Amino acid sequence: MSAIDTWVARQRERAAHLPGASLSWLARRRADAIARFADLGWPTSRLEAWRHTSLAFLEQQALAAPESAAHPAATLAALRAAFDDGGHWLVFVDGQFAPTLSVIGTLTAGVTVGALSDALNTAPDAVEAAFGTANDSASPYALNLALCTDGAFVRLARGTSLEQPLHLVFIGATGAADSHLRNLIVADANSAASIVEHHVGGGATLGTVVTRVQAAQDARITHVKLQQQDAQAIHVAQIEAEQARGSHFASHSLSFGARLARNDIHTRLIGEGCETLFNGLYHVDGRRHVDHHTLIEHAMPLGTSREYYRGLVDGNARGVFAGRIIVAQDAQRTDAVQRCDNLLLSKLAEADARPELEIYADDVKCAHGATVGQIDEDALFYLRARGIDQVHARRLLTYAFAAEVIERIAHDALRKHARTALLARLPGGATLEELL
Amino acid sequence: MLKINNLHAAVDGKAILKGLNLEVGSGEVHAIMGPNGSGKSTLAQVLAGRETFAVTDGSVDWDGTDLLALPAEERARAGLFLAFQYPVEIPGVSNAYFLKAAVNAVRRHRGLPEYDAMDFLARVKAEMKAVGMKEEFLYRSVNEGFSGGEKKRNEVLQMALLEPRLAVLDETDSGLDIDALKIVAEGVNRLRSPERSMIVITHYQRLLDYIVPDKVHVLSQGRIVRSGGRELALELEEHGYGWIDAEGKAAKAAAGARP
Repeated sequence: MSAIDTWVARQRERAAHLPGASLSWLARRRADAIARFADLGWPTSRLEAWRHTSLAFLEQQALAAPESAAHPAATLAALRAAFDDGGHWLVFVDGQFAPTLSVIGTLTAGVTVGALSDALNTAPDAVEAAFGTANDSASPYALNLALCTDGAFVRLARGTSLEQPLHLVFIGATGAADSHLRNLIVADANSAASIVEHHVGGGATLGTVVTRVQAAQDARITHVKLQQQDAQAIHVAQIEAEQARGSHFASHSLSFGARLARNDIHTRLIGEGCETLFNGLYHVDGRRHVDHHTLIEHAMPLGTSREYYRGLVDGNARGVFAGRIIVAQDAQRTDAVQRCDNLLLSKLAEADARPELEIYADDVKCAHGATVGQIDEDALFYLRARGIDQVHARRLLTYAFAAEVIERIAHDALRKHARTALLARLPGGATLEELL
Repeated sequence: MLKINNLHAAVDGKAILKGLNLEVGSGEVHAIMGPNGSGKSTLAQVLAGRETFAVTDGSVDWDGTDLLALPAEERARAGLFLAFQYPVEIPGVSNAYFLKAAVNAVRRHRGLPEYDAMDFLARVKAEMKAVGMKEEFLYRSVNEGFSGGEKKRNEVLQMALLEPRLAVLDETDSGLDIDALKIVAEGVNRLRSPERSMIVITHYQRLLDYIVPDKVHVLSQGRIVRSGGRELALELEEHGYGWIDAEGKAAKAAAGARP
């Protein structure tokens, strides 16, 4: 039996116990999804989109439940202490909703926040409309659909908003060798929310995450993802957004942990006058690997998109960024900017940055650029000439380079938490705490 | 007392300073003037410790210390200050953090207690007022988006905070209008003291109307070719640098013609 067959068998075994197992539409989609996965197998470097990030090794990899990963209650307590913002907390441990750890504050009428497994019982039609299919998706996301055990379901009725951020905490503890989560965010017209995904723990497990966002007319959704998994974890995740007229979607992806992290982030601007921000930061060291593949599709006129990614690549690590912007023929007067800048912190570190613009409209303003470089020697000398020693100066400049991404997070507590998380990653970060 | 003896320096194998001699006594202000490419900025950078310039010969004695043996940060802590011709923008580092880190690095070295946040703010605000800088510049990134004049004021502010024994001002007048120039010059004059020597590098004599030097030196092709009082600057103003270059070439030719 090949490794792929093992996954198919596993799906067959688990199917009856997955939430919503009795829903025929879901059973059908899951069956289609596992068939697609079996057909495609794990993506290899032969596929252009996975050229730098083959998952073929998963054929051989035996996954095991982590031995000493994060302790859920302690992890959560630390996170909550960092945010005294009275936000809402939905917690998932090893892919399962943890109601006793979750805290949902008072919600405005018309706002639904809960576990997908519950929503499949209480609002199956709404879930069906938002769930998505595995058609056209890359094989890991097909596997996600086939095996997903839970996730968040968020629904914002017309004109409603979440006053405080919603934190989705995904903790890999000791219970499972793989986890598959699916989050659905449905924002009706003129609604607004900030949603933060925290990914922690995970040991040496495989985790797939798919987050789907539907932003109706004039909706404003901010999505922040903070991936701080254990150094052996494999994290493969997709964010799929669709934006109607005048909507605003911001994706902040901060990737600090995991042995291998892959993020596919995609939005389609299908109404006029949409705004999109893709803002990302990654830090990899040792032999770790991170890959962001992003796609912004301007389908309609007057859209504005801004994309800024920065990478810190240390040790023997590798950072990959491939960003694509498509401006369709109808998307006149699109204004798009894309940048990816990498700082190599060691001689053996490697960064690949590939920006791509595909423009079919003739009246557009588009710019893109990518750099891979070292610390600015002029800035380093300037600091030293003021008595600041070389080591401290390098740390300061490294932090400052990365912090520019974090400064784009509008929410104060989130921004502060992200800064702390970054400093915790950087050697000597504690000496820079005054910067916070 | 600073004694520069027979200083030779090169960048990328190209000799720029070719036997420069200069002595600056305590409390003295010396102006160094010279045409573009004469080595003025190289001298400033070499004194501050920039490694891209290789010192190929000569020595710099600073009150008994071999200056060239110290890395840039130690020179700064020991009291050398370079006001940059082109102050560097450092996005993401607030001016407040930068200034405090610099001041405390210097204070530690001098055996003084480090400033805490409150003391530092009080001190820096007073100094900012003196150079006419608004408080908001504390919270902006170092030099980022500052105008030419604001950058130079920020340099003078740093000089005031770091209280150097030797200040080297590298074309601090370049790119300034007359009002900005006056403010910067006032800032510098305020810092003149018997314990503080200054080397003021400039292309134009204009700055020396406001910062009156004790001595003026003319640098040409990597060497001091003339030294004198203030009147030398006025002479240069009147005649330009052409005659200096001509003299230099004639001297060289004469040297070459010697049997």
